[in-house]
Amino acid sequence: MGSVTRIVLQRLGLGLLTLFIVSIVIFTAVNMLPGDFAEAILGQGATPQAVAAIRHDLGLDQPPVSRYLEWLADAVRGDLGTSFAQANFASFVGSDAGAGMASVADTLVPRFRNTMFLAGVTAAIAVPVSLIIGVLAALYRNSVFDKVANMATLTSISSPEFFLAYILILFLAVLNPWLPSLSNIYDGMGFGERLEKTMLPALTLTLVVTAHMMRMTRAAIINLLASPYIEMARLKGLSPMRVIVRHALPNALAPIINVVALNLAYLITGVVVVEVVFVYPGIGQLFVDSVKIRDIPVVQACCLIFASAYILLNLLADILSILSNPRLRHPK
Amino acid sequence: MIVVYIIVGVVALIAAGWVFRAAGRATGRPAFRDMDLSTAFGYALGAVVVVWGIYAFFFVEAAVFFRWAVQGIIGFAIAAWIFRFIGRHVGPDSVRRQFRAMPLTASFGILTILIYAIVAIFAGVLAPHGQAEVFANVNVLPGGDPALGGDPAFPLGTDQIGRDLLSRLIYGAQNTVGIAFATTVLAFLLGGTLGFLAATVGGWLDNLLSRMVDVLMAIPSLIFALLLMTIASAWAGSEKWLLTVYMVVIIAVIDSTRVYRLARAVGSSIVVMDYIEAAKLRGEGMGYLIFREILPNATAPLLAEFGLRFCFVFLTIASLSFLGVGIQPPLADWGTMVRDLSQFINFAAFSPLTAALPLMAAGAIALLTVAVNFVVDWMLHRSSGLKG
Repeated sequence: MGSVTRIVLQRLGLGLLTLFIVSIVIFTAVNMLPGDFAEAILGQGATPQAVAAIRHDLGLDQPPVSRYLEWLADAVRGDLGTSFAQANFASFVGSDAGAGMASVADTLVPRFRNTMFLAGVTAAIAVPVSLIIGVLAALYRNSVFDKVANMATLTSISSPEFFLAYILILFLAVLNPWLPSLSNIYDGMGFGERLEKTMLPALTLTLVVTAHMMRMTRAAIINLLASPYIEMARLKGLSPMRVIVRHALPNALAPIINVVALNLAYLITGVVVVEVVFVYPGIGQLFVDSVKIRDIPVVQACCLIFASAYILLNLLADILSILSNPRLRHPK
Repeated sequence: MIVVYIIVGVVALIAAGWVFRAAGRATGRPAFRDMDLSTAFGYALGAVVVVWGIYAFFFVEAAVFFRWAVQGIIGFAIAAWIFRFIGRHVGPDSVRRQFRAMPLTASFGILTILIYAIVAIFAGVLAPHGQAEVFANVNVLPGGDPALGGDPAFPLGTDQIGRDLLSRLIYGAQNTVGIAFATTVLAFLLGGTLGFLAATVGGWLDNLLSRMVDVLMAIPSLIFALLLMTIASAWAGSEKWLLTVYMVVIIAVIDSTRVYRLARAVGSSIVVMDYIEAAKLRGEGMGYLIFREILPNATAPLLAEFGLRFCFVFLTIASLSFLGVGIQPPLADWGTMVRDLSQFINFAAFSPLTAALPLMAAGAIALLTVAVNFVVDWMLHRSSGLKG
């Protein structure tokens, strides 16, 4: 068991290192902006004094390395800075400097919770459905069902998310008003109502993610079907269902777990477009809005959150596939 | 209530399947004797779906979109079949041989790609109006019937500021596909060259490049593209065309990391071959090694990757445009069109053609990626030596 702990710790350390380097990349990218934050806030009417005042206020007169360390230290403590959308000239140089402005963290936390809810609902639908369809497609391989499933999943993988979203809106919201096409979620909403409002975006994401997971499940199982022990099980006279579920599936679990985790990581990015389509108040919507108005602290923070979620889930995929595969668990 | 219906339906289907199997067994066919109940259930379900589809197609007045979808699929299938038939009997022998073992999906893909290429290249000739030409009659409804608010001069109507939508849809092929193609080529030049270079030189260069690519790949690509586009939009200022150029470069760099991975992997398995050793001993230069020895042996996987990469780039650009930070007006592109026309979808019950407008633009994107995927699937299948 000792070697497993060591490998996991090794991977965790590697993940942290990646996250650290990614934060440097994000910080550097943002600092490639022409001019700086001060000029960005003030716009065209910037006087040299005002620019200098804001620079001092934000610590922009410090060298980049110390600014990076300070930003990182703040970010680790959960302080992601102040959103430009709430900041303006008066709030920086007026008497109430810094007062009455929402911090980035305050804006992010409720939206992050909403996005996690959406991702959770999607995963709860997508993972069982894709496993079942994948096993069925492997069981009835090369049948009509398999071919239809193959074509349908290939189509839904290659369609842009917004195409699927509008098709779902057309059929489930406009032509048959079963589900709301706008997800106006607010605090203090009941779970059932929240679930109903989240259903359409969750279904859209499910379509995208399920296709991928189902294809991988099918491929992983079919890969094993040529093995001698499957042949043996079949010759014993077991039913095809039992051969696949009891003999093939456990050995195919490692790649399947891997692909599930990778797809959850994909969900993190796919969420952006879907949230915009359904006006879902999540972190993706906030990210796109901030990109449009160039609200740098929010963009930076969202980017960091997306990147860490992505790295964490990839790490999880890595660790789980090591744990589920004895050959990786005891490297020679 | 819905749950009850579903349970009743499933039980009825199982019963129908059982009856079907029992009836089949009475004929004494071995296929029925070995059939398990779940397969029989599948047949019953399939039969119900087919019957329901035929009923909806012919008798339900409101199922306009369903009818269009079915007609579209059947039309495409027939077109693909005819295309394959022509390909099998016309043209040089080498082409005919390609078509002989081609599945219908692949011939559909090739046909679609050809049509897109023709529309993109001859957009200026095909489109009735200019892409940024503004007419006085705004918000003309599609259909071209004056009694319903249409205009024969604008078959698909005009948008909020009076631009002809059909022309914009056609020019969209040129802009969206053209820009995506240029981006993919750029990504391949960059990623392919660096990947082969890393594979041939090895050592510190390989390590450096690979670690850099690892870092870039650790950030989700759409998020990274959005972050860089924020910065690019600050750099571009009010020069809209410059932003499009920046977007091409940004997406090319982000996607070249994936190309690099593949090119390096393929390259490093080729580099250890004997003929490379021989070329090295002959004293050939780096350029000769990469372009004359490695590249010709890596075409098959790279070509397949080119198709897939094109799909990704195409979808990323469409998504960025849909989010409003991609291809900038006055250039017509499909992603922006979907966003601008998306509200029309609410009129689906009154005017199906109007509601179909945003879906046409989005469907144009989906159709091309599906087509490319079908062709790549076929190519991979063929090059892996699998038959049937």
